[in-house]
Amino acid sequence: MSALRDSLAGHLTRRPGVAAGPSLACAENLVVRYGGRAVLDRVSIDVHRREVVSLIGPNGAGKTTAARALLGLIRPDAGTVRHAPGLVVGYVPQRIAPEELLPLTVRRFLAMAGRRASADAAATLDEVGVAAVMERQLSSLSGGEYRRVLLARALLRDPDLLVLDEPVQQVDFAGQLAMHRLIARLRDRRGCGILVISHDLHLVLSGTDRVVCINGHVCCAGEPEAVSRHPEYVSLFGPHAAAALAVYTHHHDHSHDLPAALSAIDEAAPGDGTPPDGRG
Amino acid sequence: MFDDFFARALAGGIGVALATGPLGCFMVWRRMAYFGDSIAHSALLGVLLGVALSIEPNAGIVIMCVALALLLLLLQQQRRLATDTLLGILAHGTLALGLVGISFLESVRVDLMSYLFGDILAVTGRDLIWIYGGGGVVLVATALIWRPLLAITVHEELARAEGVRVGLVRIAFTLLIALAVAIAMKIIGLILIVSLLIIPAATARRLARSPEQMALFASLIGVAAVVGGLHGSLAWDTPSGPSIVVAALALFVLSMGGGALVQVVLGRTVESARLPH
Repeated sequence: MSALRDSLAGHLTRRPGVAAGPSLACAENLVVRYGGRAVLDRVSIDVHRREVVSLIGPNGAGKTTAARALLGLIRPDAGTVRHAPGLVVGYVPQRIAPEELLPLTVRRFLAMAGRRASADAAATLDEVGVAAVMERQLSSLSGGEYRRVLLARALLRDPDLLVLDEPVQQVDFAGQLAMHRLIARLRDRRGCGILVISHDLHLVLSGTDRVVCINGHVCCAGEPEAVSRHPEYVSLFGPHAAAALAVYTHHHDHSHDLPAALSAIDEAAPGDGTPPDGRG
Repeated sequence: MFDDFFARALAGGIGVALATGPLGCFMVWRRMAYFGDSIAHSALLGVLLGVALSIEPNAGIVIMCVALALLLLLLQQQRRLATDTLLGILAHGTLALGLVGISFLESVRVDLMSYLFGDILAVTGRDLIWIYGGGGVVLVATALIWRPLLAITVHEELARAEGVRVGLVRIAFTLLIALAVAIAMKIIGLILIVSLLIIPAATARRLARSPEQMALFASLIGVAAVVGGLHGSLAWDTPSGPSIVVAALALFVLSMGGGALVQVVLGRTVESARLPH
């Protein structure tokens, strides 16, 4: 058991210049079985303050199950989950469809996040890029709008730990870029620990401090570049994805132009050469 | 004499409609219509229980409905059978058991039709106490668990992540359904009970902008259905329970038409507002 953790710890190199804080939530050797089949087999994940951890893996790899176990939403069959005392969690789940028969405005939905929420609701909706939907009915939102409203609600709780399950699914291209910058900003400004479940390799590269790749078990974990070269990663996603990831990383290592250019597209403003993370 | 029983019938029906409005909304939102139906079908066994224990039938019904509701919650967690299969087995199984059991009762005469379809015109003063006592409990308890219940209804997983005690709220809600079914039994009968919970709520949806509004409208629409149905029953000599449900159905159909009309008008307004841009 501890050997596994040690071998994982060897990969946990952090991005230079970013000091991750104390551990917020830590799951060790999780085992979860559904009807006899082990969905998770000794999976360990921890998230620290001020870091973005990406959880990647193919369909059915147990990513959502692992996140739910880390949040304490399901009880694992074996393994331990520890939360920092007084941990406030913001959760943006994946499969979601608002009940059409329930009349609920976005304003009201956001107010349900807590007492302070109503006051900050407008600013937070603006922050996630859907300022105009405040008075709309929840059931009338598009998939992308609803996901961002869910994110706004999670943010209104002023969370220490933010768990995003496929945050850019159903979000258009500009929205995806904005989401990437938002995630980086949340880490840097609010000091959140953020766990992102993602298929999106761009997100994994541009804003992630650490990657955990699982397929029932932990295949590999570490900083994005190391994971992209790991043989288990290559066999899971195929050489094409691995090559794309490696090339992108290589580019990223030698120049910060690309991320800046991406933000420039989104903001329709000239890039200033600052990487998105460094923006005020 | 005539005024008396009709006034009691009205008072009883209005009490039930007021109490079940908000609960019916949650039943619609949480897609638990069949769940409520299953509980209602067990009420006949409750009558038998009342006879067996020599307690009031109403008390027997409450006990049986609560017991079945808890049994359902328990079986749902086992996940051995799909929920709708489970509900089908329990609904019709308990109804059949009740019917068979009642046929064995020779010493006590049970008016089967009144339990199946309600007998609002035989509402006694004692029934009114049950309805307003039980209905008051249902309303107050619904108000007390409103926030967490709404939270788990909007998104259960989210509510759980935010620290709502989902299991506890669910048990409370299930018990309230059982209690509501028990008090509505006399008025509508076990076959049609769920329609008095569902139809006013579904009707209110098109008119409401918030959950609280919808709950209030559901209660008021239920009251309108009771008043309309009972007067129709009196005028045309039709059975009272089904008459109330027919009145509710008429209001629902009206709201569909009205809702479509409102949308057409609103759509035009929005379009004309957009024109200048």
